[in-house]
Parts: sequence; C-alpha cells; structure tokens
Amino acid sequence: MTMTPTRAAGAGAPGTRRAAVAPAAPRPRPRRRGLEAYVYLAPAIVLVGSFAGYPLVRSVWFAFNEVNPFSGVQGFVGVQHFVDIVTHPDFAQIGRNTLVWTFGAVALQLLLGLVGAHLLNARFALRGVYRGLAMIPWATPSVLVALMWIWILDPNHGVLNGALRALGVTDRPIAFLSESSTALPTLVAVDVWQGVPLFAVMILAALQGVAPELREAAAMDGCGPVGVFRHVVLPAILPTILITTLLRLIWTANYVDLVLIMTGGGPGLSSTTLSLQSYVTAYKAMDFGGGAAYAVLQAAVLSVLVVLYIRLTAKGARR
Amino acid sequence: MSARTPNLSRPTALTLPHVARRTGLYVLLGVWLAAILGPYVVMLLTSLTPSSQLAAAGASLWPGEVSTDAYRELLGSTPFLTYLRNSLLVAAVAVPLALVCASGAAIALSRFEFVGRQFFMTAVLVAQLLPAVLLVISLQGQLRVLNLLDNVLGLALVHAAFATPFATWLLKGFLDSIPRELEESGRIDGASSWQVVRMILLPLLAPGMVAAGTYIFILSWNEFLYALTFMQSTSTRTLPIGLHLFIGEYQIRWDLLTAGGVLAVLPVIAGFLIVQKRLVAGLAAGAVKG
Repeated sequence: MTMTPTRAAGAGAPGTRRAAVAPAAPRPRPRRRGLEAYVYLAPAIVLVGSFAGYPLVRSVWFAFNEVNPFSGVQGFVGVQHFVDIVTHPDFAQIGRNTLVWTFGAVALQLLLGLVGAHLLNARFALRGVYRGLAMIPWATPSVLVALMWIWILDPNHGVLNGALRALGVTDRPIAFLSESSTALPTLVAVDVWQGVPLFAVMILAALQGVAPELREAAAMDGCGPVGVFRHVVLPAILPTILITTLLRLIWTANYVDLVLIMTGGGPGLSSTTLSLQSYVTAYKAMDFGGGAAYAVLQAAVLSVLVVLYIRLTAKGARR
Repeated sequence: MSARTPNLSRPTALTLPHVARRTGLYVLLGVWLAAILGPYVVMLLTSLTPSSQLAAAGASLWPGEVSTDAYRELLGSTPFLTYLRNSLLVAAVAVPLALVCASGAAIALSRFEFVGRQFFMTAVLVAQLLPAVLLVISLQGQLRVLNLLDNVLGLALVHAAFATPFATWLLKGFLDSIPRELEESGRIDGASSWQVVRMILLPLLAPGMVAAGTYIFILSWNEFLYALTFMQSTSTRTLPIGLHLFIGEYQIRWDLLTAGGVLAVLPVIAGFLIVQKRLVAGLAAGAVKG
C-alpha cells in the first residue's frame, strides 16, 4: 500500500526529521512478508492481551452482572445497571459535571495551547531549554500536581489566598476546593495548568511543518499576520489540532486522579464525574457491576470520538 | 531592504515596533514560565521553611530561615524510603519488559506485511484510550487469582502492559524514519534475519529506545489509580500512594508533605529533561500520526 503525503499533517515526520516532504519523498518499499512478524509481535500480544485485553472484556461483562468484589460474578442482570444509572436522580448532575470537566478543560487547553505553541515557535534566547521546562507539568505525577495545588489553594496558609488578601480582592479566605460553586471550576483550572504544555508542544510540531516560504509568500501577496494565520497556518495545523483535541477529550474524560485526590467528588456531588462515580461505586459501595456499568456507559459515548480519531489518524497509520 | 537579502529572512533593524514585539514576547514567555514553575518553587520553599514558621504565618515566598528538618524527618521517621524503593522496583521491571515487547511489536509493524497488520495498528491506537477505571475493576480479581495482588511484580506487569501500546507507536515512528537500505545490504551479505535485527536494526533503534524507556519510566513512576487499588500494605506501596496517604495523615505538616513532593518529582524531571527533545518529538509525532 503506498501513500503519498499530501497534507501538511504528514510533515510532522516521526522521530527526528521534519523537513518538507514534497520534493524528495522516496516511494516506500514493499514490506517483507512472512510469519516471522508474529514472533516479534508475540511478547506484546501476550502482555497487553493478558493485562489489558482480557480485563477489558471481563470488565464489560461485569457491567451486565451482579458482581461481588471477592467471590466474583453472582448472576446475569442484563442492562439493569444501566437502567439504574440513567434513572438515578443524581445522573443529570454527574453528566453535567462530566461535560463541564471534559469540554471546559480541553477548550481552555486548546486556546492556551495555541498561544503557547506560537510563543514556543518564536525565536528567542535559550529556546531549547525553555521548551524543556515548559513540559515539566506533563512529566509530574498527578498526586504531586494535586498536592502542590491543594497547598497553594489552602484557605488559611496558602499563597493564593495570601496574595488575594494582600491585594484586597477578598477579606475572607476562599476555600476553593470545599465550596460547591468553586470545586469543579478549580479542578478544571488545575487540569488546564497540567495539560496546556502537551497541547502547545503538539501544535508546535505541526507549526514547524509549515514551510516558512509559504508564510513569506502569503505575506508578500499582501496578507497581514491574521490573514497568514487564517489562510496558511490554520489549514496546515488543523488536522493536528483535531486529533490532539479528540485525544485530550478522551483522556480528560477518563482522568480521575485529580478529582479523586483533590475533592473526592465533593462537596456533595458538585465535582463528581462519571469516571469518579465509577470508581466510587466499585470501591466505596463495593458494587463492581454498577461501577463497571458507569465506565462502560462513558466508554460507549466516547467510542464516537475514538472512531473519529482512528479515521483521522488512519491516513498516517496505514503507511 | 534587508528582507530582499537572501540570507536574512528577518529584518534586523531595531525599529520601534520590532522592539515592542520582542518585549511583548519576552513578557509573555516570562509570565508563562512563572505560571509553570511557580507551584514547584512554592513547594521547594515550603519544604525548606521551619514547621513552626509555617504553622504561624503560612506559606511565604521568602522564608526567613532555611531548615532541612523536614527532609531529615521524612527520611528518618516515615516509610518514605520504602515507597521510593517500591517505585524503583516496579519501574525496574516494567521498563525493560515494556521495551522488549514494544520493540518487537514496532519491528513487526514497521518492517513486515502480514495478515492482521491493520488490526494491530488500530489496536495500538485504541489501547491508548482505554479507561483505567474500567480495567481496574476486573484486574483486581485477576491479580488476586494470580497471587500478584499487593505485589510489586503484579503492578509492574500492569504498568508494562499499559505503556507498551504508546511505546510501540513511538518506536514504530522512529523505525519508519530509518531507511531500509542498511538491512537490505546486510541481508545481501548473508546475514540471517535475526542477525539483521540484532546487529543493524537494534543499534539504530537505541536512541528511540532511550526515549521510549523514559516514557515508560515516567508513566510507571507517576501512575496512581492501579497502585492505589492494588497496593494495600506499607511494604508494597509506591511513592504516589505514599504521598496520597501523607496528604491525609500529615494534613498540617506541609513542610513534610512538600519535602516528599520535591524528592518524588526530582527523578522524573531529571529523566525527562535529559531526553526531552527526542521524547517530545516522539509525542508530537504520536499526535500527528496518532
């Protein structure tokens, strides 16, 4: 199967080279055939199959059964768990929280990531070092992100409340994480803080694939900076933006660490998302079937995004 | 007109708008860096502030005196070192295991045509999107049956399984950028298939493996949900779980908590900064291509 890279998305060549593709792209040679390939694949299949594939199938099966955490599957109940979930009075709020958490965080990350990518693409002293430092939040354990921000947001001793008081913005301490009106927005803000760098770096990679000649040509033809961005840069980086956004939507919806550590979903249900509810149902209420059903329900909704994502990446993947 | 000079793509004259734009750029860069590094600085300073001062005045950006008591207490009278050892043990098993699996899979996907190739490519992509909360529920029972629950090896196997798909993707992208002529000439010279892989491909793949290995290490070192669920005794807990427990136990001892945080984050930041260029290129290629 041959594929000619036509879109700029193809320019973010894997690994190190990111040169313009058009002139000298050699025709891909046919790959070798043979059963040998399965030998190389075997370890990965065994490992991922036993510790991701098999548990996936079993967890989905759990969602349709009554499951005891210790003695296992007790009996088939069909879609009963799902009916219970969607008819539960809390479901509307949990669903709304999940939407706010997922779309709120990813929209802000995209916006700030775009700005950040342009900053990282500019020329300035020590750019390489700066790019490395900018990615540090990505490599930081979620527990540590939570710990740092709990301390910064601490109502009595935290630096943020200290600064707000010193500036005269407020005279009483704000308990960001334990008031139902601020808990979820605060969690979104922390996730944005952690997620912007990766977004920025991914968009940066696409930006670097835009040939400077194209920008200059557009500028000479009378495009202003906004026009160059709209007509040259944006079309080129759009595939990357779409793919990154889809990926982040799925990851953010599934990301449970911050919520679990920082608020536990509270106060009340004010910051409970579907993923958290899944975990809480399984491990606080010891209802593995119900917990699995929450996760399966979310996975079913997200599968639409997964299919979109696969289709968008298929072009590159088929090579 | 300097813009017409072939070697100068940008005018270098210090015009007023130019200076204003440069200043604006550096201001924005400064603000962003402060927003990124600020929390780490607060954490570091808090860990060095005497606990009496913290209790009285809270966090300050300029502690009057510096004290390393928190670090001494952390290492001396908490199980921090046990947690650290467990994290290292899990990573020591997970990194090589996932690297072997991912390298093999990447070679198969990059160099061979076989029935099911398209399926495996898609599987690699989808596997990166599986929700941990879903898998954790049945994995717990599975590990218990295998006698691997609350066991460093069990957690390492799970971490390796979850890092393998992305590591495969990273390495496949890296392999695709290595021309195949070398292998072909090796084959013409009479090398066996395995010799070609061992003597030509693997050495070329080494830099990619460093990046993939660091990715696996970071993932394993940082992983929270599986470790929280599977590791239930002090002797097996990893660092993230230890820190999580500390948040509950030492709610008012922020000097101790932040000291633990500083020590826990140092290895990942060091590892990340060493290979960040290649890793970021790989991540970005991962996003562009999947």
